[in-house]
Amino acid sequence: MLDLVVFYFFAALAVVSAVLVVTRRNVVHSAIFLATALLATAGIFLSLRAEFLFIVQIILYTGGIMVLYVFVIMLVNLDVALHQVQFNRRWYVALLLTVVLGAQAFAAILVSRQSLYALPPAPAQALEPNTELVAWGLFHTYVLPFEIASVLLLVAMIGGVVMAKKRI
Amino acid sequence: MDLNAILQWPHLVPLICALAIVLVLPLVAGYIVLVERKVMADMQVRLGPMRVGPHGLLQPIADAVKLLLKEDIIPENADRYIFWLAPLISVTAAMLALSAVPIGPVFLIADLNIGLLFILGVGALGIFGIVLGGWASNSHYSLLGALRSAAQLVSYETSAGMAVVGALLLAGTLSTRAIVERQAQDGVWFLFAAPVGFFVYLVASIAETNRAPFDMPEAESELVAGYMTEYSGFRWALYFLAEYTNMIVVASIATTLFLGGYLRPFAGTPIFDFLDYLPALLILLVAGYCFYRAPKQPVSVQKGFMAVVGLLCGGMALLLALPVAAPAGSFLAGAKPGLHGAFWFLAKVGAYLYVFMWLRFTFPRYRFDQLMRLGWQFLLPVSMANLAGIAAALALHRGLGWGVVPSFALTTALTVAAAAYLVWIGEKHEVGKIGEEETAGNA
Amino acid sequence: MVPIGHYLFLSLALFSIGIVGVVTRRNVIIILMSIELILNAVNINLVAFSRLVGSVEGQIFAIFIITDAAAEAAVGLGIIIAFFRNRETVLADEMDILKW
Repeated sequence: MLDLVVFYFFAALAVVSAVLVVTRRNVVHSAIFLATALLATAGIFLSLRAEFLFIVQIILYTGGIMVLYVFVIMLVNLDVALHQVQFNRRWYVALLLTVVLGAQAFAAILVSRQSLYALPPAPAQALEPNTELVAWGLFHTYVLPFEIASVLLLVAMIGGVVMAKKRI
Repeated sequence: MDLNAILQWPHLVPLICALAIVLVLPLVAGYIVLVERKVMADMQVRLGPMRVGPHGLLQPIADAVKLLLKEDIIPENADRYIFWLAPLISVTAAMLALSAVPIGPVFLIADLNIGLLFILGVGALGIFGIVLGGWASNSHYSLLGALRSAAQLVSYETSAGMAVVGALLLAGTLSTRAIVERQAQDGVWFLFAAPVGFFVYLVASIAETNRAPFDMPEAESELVAGYMTEYSGFRWALYFLAEYTNMIVVASIATTLFLGGYLRPFAGTPIFDFLDYLPALLILLVAGYCFYRAPKQPVSVQKGFMAVVGLLCGGMALLLALPVAAPAGSFLAGAKPGLHGAFWFLAKVGAYLYVFMWLRFTFPRYRFDQLMRLGWQFLLPVSMANLAGIAAALALHRGLGWGVVPSFALTTALTVAAAAYLVWIGEKHEVGKIGEEETAGNA
Repeated sequence: MVPIGHYLFLSLALFSIGIVGVVTRRNVIIILMSIELILNAVNINLVAFSRLVGSVEGQIFAIFIITDAAAEAAVGLGIIIAFFRNRETVLADEMDILKW
């Protein structure tokens, strides 16, 4: 019962914030609502007993990526952009596309979720102790993707610095 | 609903702690400001606030009343909602971070499995409050100050995080209470096993809280008041509260990780059990000093005041001494870990904050580019060297079976050598630039 | 545990809202933010299944996605800054230098 209430609270918060992200005229407002959506997602992670992912989402996504977004918004903020047309000229095609895609996926989930309900959920102890299990997976089983991710971050860092410089 | 059932409720102590923090913290922050002004005055050979109340003790209350009654000004063309929201984010993030801090073995709002990471992560959310506040003020000074402050915070967060990870290697767990218990088990505070890490964390935490000598973004002579320029009255008080709460949070992290948390010195060894009387003794000394100075006060009100303070200290000393003298197993003896833990924790946090204040009134301010250079080109390599050093020490001690002292001494020496090398390179770089300028001017 | 279908529908909702944002808005920064929404929707899906199955691999995959999102946000925002310096605009319609 409490699980359901918590889920609906965070889910409603996430969906409302997401809708506000894509509809606000002011970019800074969109950024704040995206931060709220990310925090709601972190709450969902916590309710799914993924505690390490919850804190990683807060530190990296909300505390790192969103701060980066807000920085850049302040550097490129144009008052002119506030008064221009916000949406594409072909927005109805886009909406039609999304509705069709969404309806397909919705139907797929509706049809197939019975077979998923037949699967009993694993006991919560399978995910304890969360941090140690994630660390074991990252550094033993999936150490190659981990190293590739660090190389990717290095490449992104160098690329970002080179692109933002005035003279190379 | 009988009293016993309520007392057995597991969420009772966390709820009381949370209420205490939210209600009492603003008052405590105000008095920390008063302590800072008195310490500043002492270091500048003057007296500090003396007018409001005996020895200026009602000064924070007067300041709070003034701030609450001030006119609430919102700049023209400022974004009203974000202007209202920004101080709220700062204060909420700072207070939320206090929820995983172990003030005693029992006075813990939430013993999270990821406690330390939670404090670091939620503390990092305070950056939002600063950046949004600077932007919402619709003023150049505010925006520049906010961007500078946020850049500084983000830069020093990496070094602070790595210093913390170095100590976490020694602890083996992220839960704050378990880290303190581990220090009791090992018998040594992690300060002695990772002194370079403690030094890096000290410097990084001063920069994290925008304190001098790293307070360029909010220095009065530089950018008016940085991101706080357009805030007045209660909103400014909220930002100020957030800054002092952040100071308490970083002091708590340092105390938990490096200084042994709520443990008394030599917590593991029973030989030193006489040290349990130390808290009561220290407060009795304070009471004795009050009674000694009471007859020398010029005015009778102040005499009475000193006597009252002395009596209060005496009462506190009694409160701290009774659980130690009481027979084991009684209710009083059960209260010992909580009371003494709280005393030692608050004493260590107070000492750390005193070092903050001491450094503030000793060093001149860093220029912003010097600040960034220090963060990225000195502290980050040193903290990485510290991390590698502690990992090597643990490998030598646990893997190869070396003794504790040789392995840690060796790696600390290597880390200090690396830091010295970095300082030398930094000096050479600065001197080189000045040399070039001179030759260019002469040529 | 909350039935898995709930998490799938939530993930689908966030995913569609993200797609609407990407194909409809003109401001490039909001397009990037909608991409972050899409990545978050995928993360919720992964973590929900990781809880259902009882294995931590879903969460490890989600960590890699977060890392990836950070790298992509950094590079994307760098491109936006470089472009803004040149053309003074952040609207996707006006980024048409390659057309002739």
